[in-house]
Amino acid sequence: MKIALLGNPNTGKSSVFNLVTGLRQQVGNFPGVTVEKKTGTLQIEGNTYTLIDFPGTYSLYPRSKDEQVVYSVLSDNEAEDYPDLVIVVVDQSNLERNLFLFSQIYDLGLPTLMVLNMTDLAMRNGIAVDVDQLNTFFPSAQIVSTNARVGMGKERLMMAIADMANATLEKRNPIPLCPVDDVSCQEQEAEARYTFIKQIITASLSKVEKEKKASVSKLDRLFVHPVLGYIIFAAILFIVFQFIFAFAAVPMDFIDSGFAEFGNWLSDSLPTGVFSDLICQGIIPGIGGVLVFVPQIALLFFFISILEETGYLSRVVFIMDRLMRPLGLNGKSVVPLMSSVACAIPGVMATRTIADWKERMITILVAPLMSCSARIPVYTLLIALVIPKTTILGIFNVQGLVLFGLYSLGLVSALLVAALIKLIIKSRDKGFLMLELPSFKSPRWGNIGITVWEKVKVFILDAGKVILAISILLWALATYGPSESMRNNIAKAKNESKELNLTKEETNQRIASAKMESSYIGHLGHFIEPVIRPLGYDWKIGISLITSFAAREVFVGSLSTIYAVNETDDVNKRLIDKMRAERRADGTKVYTLAAGASLMVFYVFAMQCMATLAIVKRETNSWKWPLIQIGFMGALAYFGAMITFYTLS
Amino acid sequence: MSAKLSDLKNGNCATVTSIEDSSIRLKLMEMGLMPGREITVLFRAPLGDPIAIDVDGYILSLRLDEASMIQVEEHSFAFA
Repeated sequence: MKIALLGNPNTGKSSVFNLVTGLRQQVGNFPGVTVEKKTGTLQIEGNTYTLIDFPGTYSLYPRSKDEQVVYSVLSDNEAEDYPDLVIVVVDQSNLERNLFLFSQIYDLGLPTLMVLNMTDLAMRNGIAVDVDQLNTFFPSAQIVSTNARVGMGKERLMMAIADMANATLEKRNPIPLCPVDDVSCQEQEAEARYTFIKQIITASLSKVEKEKKASVSKLDRLFVHPVLGYIIFAAILFIVFQFIFAFAAVPMDFIDSGFAEFGNWLSDSLPTGVFSDLICQGIIPGIGGVLVFVPQIALLFFFISILEETGYLSRVVFIMDRLMRPLGLNGKSVVPLMSSVACAIPGVMATRTIADWKERMITILVAPLMSCSARIPVYTLLIALVIPKTTILGIFNVQGLVLFGLYSLGLVSALLVAALIKLIIKSRDKGFLMLELPSFKSPRWGNIGITVWEKVKVFILDAGKVILAISILLWALATYGPSESMRNNIAKAKNESKELNLTKEETNQRIASAKMESSYIGHLGHFIEPVIRPLGYDWKIGISLITSFAAREVFVGSLSTIYAVNETDDVNKRLIDKMRAERRADGTKVYTLAAGASLMVFYVFAMQCMATLAIVKRETNSWKWPLIQIGFMGALAYFGAMITFYTLS
Repeated sequence: MSAKLSDLKNGNCATVTSIEDSSIRLKLMEMGLMPGREITVLFRAPLGDPIAIDVDGYILSLRLDEASMIQVEEHSFAFA
């Protein structure tokens, strides 16, 4: 049996969901659309029920992409997720507005269960609801009171569900909905509903009038203060990113070296051959390349969901909205852009809360310009390679300053590009905010844990598929090549190694390097060399740029293979030594300051992430936007790198 | 005194009299903001925009150009 869970935003709907389903949850999508669908199962007296969590809305008529699904599922009894029973979470402290959605749903004629939530808040505000009176207005509905945040009312709720499920679920005659695009019909309906709701409120709500009807809380005075508000937000951002980078480093190193060790061990124990190579060089590094970002993503969402649960995040939206608007963005763009510092994939997904189409598109387009964590290994390697380890003014570490500069370049270009796109994209609608600022609450760790777990799962499954597929494809391109040149090059490498009296290991590395050069990817590298020469790159860098399309950090691994550096050693140090020694045909150094800086700028701008492109395609439902993204980011990268190279050389 | 919601000062109370016919009117109504509703301006963002108002016990934030579409009748008293 399918049960739909609906309600206004900020009514504690997800607390109710977590309360009855616990960890038996799954995240997927509603069929045909890209709206996240959480389903959970609950068992009562041996019967299993499926609970489907719908996005929080104020009305059945949608105003954002997320909300469309509520109308489309509930207005179509053939829909896959059409429920047998509906649970509507109602915030008691705000009954009038909440009854609007409830009465709409009740009129659909489905068996309806009202969960009167937030009893504590209502009590504090001096509001008392006469449940029996309320029930007379909705005679077929059942009403249960809960305080889901503290776990109160679980048994009552479960029993009510079982009761309703066991009774013959009779559908009442539905009162038809307005067509989704007929606004005047909907406005008439809204007026009629509020007249009806007024009667309900008069009959069933008693409110102790206080002297002050409304007051501004101390926390709000602080968080929206003209000066302190921004200082607090900046401080919170600083602390969050400090924690992310400090705490994530340990598990990331562990995952990274763990997968490298495992790959090596497996390649030693499996019989040599294509199959073993595919597993050890294609699949395992591919999986490792996905999992290595999990610690950062988990930590980021841990902090974001604390900020969200407490109600602080909506204040951030509130104070940032005016600043973001000239750039074509929305206060709600702040969270997607923040998330993109860890990874653009959850960032792009987080734009769904932006109701305005144009503001959402701009946010999606510029999010990948924020420096994500996959760029860190590239930056680290290049900075160590070409930036001297000195300090200026005695305190500022130059290498650190360059890293800071790269992050700032990403942020500033994201904002500038947004302002530019704003002038280009046409939109019929004016953007709007209309955001509820929920009351402050202390975070519920259970809810936060579940959110983090879900975000990580979505990342692994969504991004993982793409990254893994690309890794395998790139492995194939790097392993196979026109057989003649492959044979010749390998033979040459073997002969050279013999002449130089190299050890077996060094010989193998040389062969691997020769194989890569004569593989399809090696040919591709040579092929694009004329195009990237103005940026200061040679074909070896070209190979690494191509392989970076799987994920940017693959850059380091590819260079290691090309320069025949053993993966398990202190890769960076030995790789840097080899790269420093690398000369062009005319004897000049390849990795000069100019070439290194040009590469850094290239990685700030270039859209080298297939997984992000796939997500953008999914979220925008067309290839148009990801292609535009590749185009403008590629142009920025190419010309930015060229200017850098010529300025510095 | 008749005014636009966007012109009210912090702490001012008013009753909504009408909302300009626009794409946001329905959305405002669905969020409980319709003619006859008493509202109080609570605070505003550092640059004066958006503003936060009390609508029957919850806080709604609106951009100034959204608020300028809402006509209100200002009450003579205000809370401190």
